Amino acid sequence: MLTRASVALRACSAARGARALAAAAAASPPPPLSPGTAGGEQPPSGAPASAAASPTAADDRMDFPGGSVPFSRSPAWVGGAFSPRAPLPCYRTLDASGREVPGAAVPHPLSREVAVKMYETMVRLQTADTIFYEAQRQGRFSFYMTSSGEEATAIGSAAALSPDDVVFSQYREQGVIMYRGFTLLDMANQCFGNMHEQGRGRQMPIHYGSRALNFHTISSTLTTQLPHAVGAAYALKLDKRDAVAVAYFGDGAASEGDFHAALNFAATLGAPVIFVCRNNGWAISTPATDQYRGDGIAGRGPGYGVATLRVDGGDAIAVYNATAEARRVALEQQAPVLLEAMSYRSGHHSTSDDSSRYRAAEEMRQWRARDPVARFQRWLVDQGWWDDAADAAARQAARREVIQALEAAQKAPKPPLSSMFEDVYAEMPWHLEAQQRQVMAHVAAHPDACPADIPVK
Amino acid sequence: MAAAVGSSAMAAALAQRTPAVGPSGAKAPVRRPCAAVRASQRATVVAGAQKREMMMWEALREGLDEEMERDPTVCLMGEDVGHYGGSYKVSSGLYKKYGEMRLLDTPICENGFMGMGVGAAMTGLRPIVEGMNMGFLLLAFNQISNNCGMLHYTSGGQYKVPMVIRGPGGVGRQLGAEHSQRLESYFQSIPGVQLVAVSTVANAKALLKSAIRSDNPIIFFEHVLLYNVKGEVHAGDFCQSLERAEIVREGTDVTIFCYSRMRYVVMQAVAELEKQGYNPEVVDLISLKPFDMETISKSIKKTRRAIIVEECMKTGGIGASLSAVIHESLFNELDHEVLRLSSQDVPTSYAYELEAATIVQPEKVVQAVHKVCGARGLVSA
Repeated sequence: MLTRASVALRACSAARGARALAAAAAASPPPPLSPGTAGGEQPPSGAPASAAASPTAADDRMDFPGGSVPFSRSPAWVGGAFSPRAPLPCYRTLDASGREVPGAAVPHPLSREVAVKMYETMVRLQTADTIFYEAQRQGRFSFYMTSSGEEATAIGSAAALSPDDVVFSQYREQGVIMYRGFTLLDMANQCFGNMHEQGRGRQMPIHYGSRALNFHTISSTLTTQLPHAVGAAYALKLDKRDAVAVAYFGDGAASEGDFHAALNFAATLGAPVIFVCRNNGWAISTPATDQYRGDGIAGRGPGYGVATLRVDGGDAIAVYNATAEARRVALEQQAPVLLEAMSYRSGHHSTSDDSSRYRAAEEMRQWRARDPVARFQRWLVDQGWWDDAADAAARQAARREVIQALEAAQKAPKPPLSSMFEDVYAEMPWHLEAQQRQVMAHVAAHPDACPADIPVK
Repeated sequence: MAAAVGSSAMAAALAQRTPAVGPSGAKAPVRRPCAAVRASQRATVVAGAQKREMMMWEALREGLDEEMERDPTVCLMGEDVGHYGGSYKVSSGLYKKYGEMRLLDTPICENGFMGMGVGAAMTGLRPIVEGMNMGFLLLAFNQISNNCGMLHYTSGGQYKVPMVIRGPGGVGRQLGAEHSQRLESYFQSIPGVQLVAVSTVANAKALLKSAIRSDNPIIFFEHVLLYNVKGEVHAGDFCQSLERAEIVREGTDVTIFCYSRMRYVVMQAVAELEKQGYNPEVVDLISLKPFDMETISKSIKKTRRAIIVEECMKTGGIGASLSAVIHESLFNELDHEVLRLSSQDVPTSYAYELEAATIVQPEKVVQAVHKVCGARGLVSA
């Protein structure tokens, strides 16, 4: 409700802020009293008698350039150790074992076709994560990151989006791009950095990007994609397109300044962005308890005037419904929406990490018992849409496809040496042409300088 | 890799360069989401009649207005650019014509609105991001270097970032250290961005129009002291090549390279030098990345002497990289080592005398010419 303030298109500057704040104030509960201050209606002891005179209507509120707020007679603190609030609840439709929660709202029921596609993508994602991880351990490529424990967040949200929606991701959302049509061979090509990969071998593994799939190339610097998503939403809004921008990020990334700027910018601009935070509990070795003091990431949304929902990130149906609703709200209200998907990073941060050094085996065991893919599978079986035979066949097919993709991608030639000077600019400037010519002259004079698997041109 | 670039290699590279942009416009239009609207808008561009005199801020405003009219994907974002019209009036009143969405007032967060510009540019717009002061753009350095400059490359050419980052820089009048920065060289080494410094009313407008039409991210340096400089703009829909230097004055004794406000400092010195019987050539670099080596080398081959006058720092400045490339590629053409006149390697002071002593003054230019050419005329050694 708070975001109704940001719905209104920007109008005359004087009215702009005032309207926003008035709307926010109207939708907010009255400010709670500090536990340490008894009786908000009473003037604080020691206050001059004149301060207690009955206020006129004009004295009821503080009007200022940003809006209007009611006066209070007591120094009523809010937040911190004062008036701690109950945490925002977490929406779910399936329990930990995958049984439907009685009475759970499902405004966007899954069709059999979509549900099966979601599950099959999860199977391919799990299989790819397992085998790609092993391939990295074998030294076939330099780096990998699994998304174990967060499959339902990626795929549940991806299924609720339109192909026209513009996606900006962090680095643990390969399920999203897979659901959009990125093949296992595309992934393998990217991890090997070969000549068939869209990024032309310029980024480390898992930095996928596909313009055709409206999935922006991943940057390693955390959270820079959030302002990009706001800019993309601004472009969509100017063009009056029936599409939203979607930005994925983790709980650690939400500590970056870009998170705060992006939410504030999106709210003031009325930009149709869905911010999807994967709160998986760990930023490499830093637990969420060391990352923030408030009510998670969702707790920040209302402060920015952004409609917010916390969802069980391990419940694919809840994530699908939350995202579909977020999309509807973002488009109808032309406003941003924040989703916080509560989940757990079941794997290590990356192939450069050993998480058993900093987190308890029992914690990991408990979360793995609530595996999101198993929960969703249970639900599918309960619907009569899936069975053990189908599961075995799907896993076997995925395994075969992953192995074939890795073999083919490893054999493919690397991008040619000459291409390293391309795409720096729209057209190659003279200084890059000169450097390119020098490199080519060098390898012509010293053929051994260029490894055998890298073509020169 | 950064070893000497032979002059023959460079000549070959130069020969393949794209031709300079003339009055007929820049590159072929690129199809983007709003292309249909843009095509119809393009017909509305009317050639102006005569050369007209105005101030630089007015020329920039006119260039911006013309580009916003011909292309609905052009938009301006930043602090106070909409209703307020920009701190130096460059977008004054334009929100009335194009609306608040295209003249977008943003909250204050440089890295935020820079990132927004990058995202918008990758989604079909041609955003211009105004920094209220170039010094503040250091807060946006992450987006400029890690994203704006890199994404075209790391995406394998899938995503272009056609945006202009512009605003006032340089040393003004007693604005203190943070408001008086010479940041050109900070940005020069970022792969993927192109640097342009404007200096006159005519080139400010014509270069802004080209920058907006370019598919590269352009960092567009205006100078805080030049907004009220008067001059004529070119008639009609005139664009100027972003990669070409301007020969300000032809001469034979020495080439003085400069850019931005230093052009005026140099020309003040030249007035004195003329009286003393010197005939220097003055070249305004315009393009700080890439350098226009064709013009630079032609001039040095003629004069055989070079002085670089810049407001940038001496250490790691624009002059440092220009003198390196001149020494590497034109060593045999020189009769004297290249001299650099740069700002001192200190933050700019507020106190007027200290501020003036931080940057190059005309007398220094006169002295440098004496040193390089030898004393003559009225001057005694």
